[in-house]
Amino acid sequence: MKYTYFPGCSLKGTGRAYEESLLAVFQAMGIELEELEDWNCCGATAYMAVDEVKACVMASRNLAIAEKAGHKELLAPCSACYLVLNKTKHYIKESPSVERVVNRALESAHLAYSGNVPVRHPLDVLVHDIGLAEIKKRVKHPLKGLKVAPYYGCQIVRPYATFDDQYNPVTMDRLLEALGCTLVNYPVKTRCCGGSLTGTLPEPGLFCAYVLLKEAIVCGAEVIATVCPLCQFNLDGYHDSIEKKWGSYRIPTVFFTQLMGLAFGIPANALGLQRGFVPMKPLPALAQGVAA
Amino acid sequence: MSEFQRTIKYEADRVKGFGREVMAVPGCEQLESCIQCGTCSGVCPLTIYMDFSPRQVMALTRADFKNEVLRSHTIWLCASCYACTVECPREIRITDIMYELKQRAIHEGIYPKQFAIPVLAKEFYRMAAKHGRVTENVLATLMFLKTNWRAAIGKWKLGLGLFLRGRFPLRIESIKRKDELARMMEMVDNVDIDKLTDGPKGRSKALQPH
Repeated sequence: MKYTYFPGCSLKGTGRAYEESLLAVFQAMGIELEELEDWNCCGATAYMAVDEVKACVMASRNLAIAEKAGHKELLAPCSACYLVLNKTKHYIKESPSVERVVNRALESAHLAYSGNVPVRHPLDVLVHDIGLAEIKKRVKHPLKGLKVAPYYGCQIVRPYATFDDQYNPVTMDRLLEALGCTLVNYPVKTRCCGGSLTGTLPEPGLFCAYVLLKEAIVCGAEVIATVCPLCQFNLDGYHDSIEKKWGSYRIPTVFFTQLMGLAFGIPANALGLQRGFVPMKPLPALAQGVAA
Repeated sequence: MSEFQRTIKYEADRVKGFGREVMAVPGCEQLESCIQCGTCSGVCPLTIYMDFSPRQVMALTRADFKNEVLRSHTIWLCASCYACTVECPREIRITDIMYELKQRAIHEGIYPKQFAIPVLAKEFYRMAAKHGRVTENVLATLMFLKTNWRAAIGKWKLGLGLFLRGRFPLRIESIKRKDELARMMEMVDNVDIDKLTDGPKGRSKALQPH
């Protein structure tokens, strides 16, 4: 099985651990990922705020290159990339004028897009294409007793809920259960992390992150699992500022692929776990604790 | 700013046609059917920090109160989580309307000056168009230097923490075929969208990059 991989800017920068763990896990599963040739920024939320048509044109270049590569499906691990690429597909389909501008622009670069590149999230691919049974087979060290809050954030389930329910998504819940984790009931699993506000307007932005951290602790979680580089950054990088305003809510936030890697027996450093600000408890001790 | 501000709006404060213009943009048409139920304000995690609630912004936009809407904090506090969009019983794409209003505020240069968000959006836009990719830490540094350099100094600890964890690249990321992307963007600037359109609903005007 082969997918075209669209890393996006964050997975090459602040979200490096996501790329490291994603590639390691897919390799362990025997799924080939080929990085999209000369991919460009998806445009994220910021580009849309300045010029929506140009944002679509920018994102469409990636879709066209992916179509040329011919591996059919484009894998977008970052929630913003996932949303923007899907949104662009919708816009092209819905609006004849957007479609024409996009086609003209692509033509000038000797590219073309016919609308046939499905944009998929790794969570969707792992659970629905590969299947939980296959994943269970690869588990060497079940994460027994690890209490996890599954945090989906907004943009992989809204507004285009393609593979899960937009109110109560459960794909990651089932995946983490297959690894042996204990899932806590986390009612804010799709609440906003603050997005880029944490950097621009600290009080409202950090408030969003604080609510999620506090709720996870109140729900009895030891770790938060996330699917998005910006969510991970917001929940992991601002503990000092949050502590000053609202008190200490230090709980590690990791990518779901990092938990998969640990369960598969991949060393923590190869999964980028050393890159987090709030470290996760070492697992062997945890497993012994359960056995004792 | 004077000490007293009129809190009641007059007919004369409206910019006639503004609501129609916004509702002509693809994706924003449904605004016309807003029933002012307030579901958007209820589900929005940021309403508590807004000057106008999302429901009020919908009403003000539809009723042509352009200046109030484009100067509001609300449009910049929207973090695009789409909670309102999926909950709206009238299927109004509130997030997309917020994007449309942000674009107009940037174009007219009338956003609240103390806000770093429009500056971030513009710097992001520039960097993405120039290099084809965005190097987050460089972008954040640029934004702080342009808005509040004192705040940038306050962030040294976060920057150092990221650097020590290998999350602060020192090289600006770039695509190989920058000329290709530049050509595509130039094409959008030059194209006469009106002539390209035979869309069913006469939406062409609103699509022009403002």
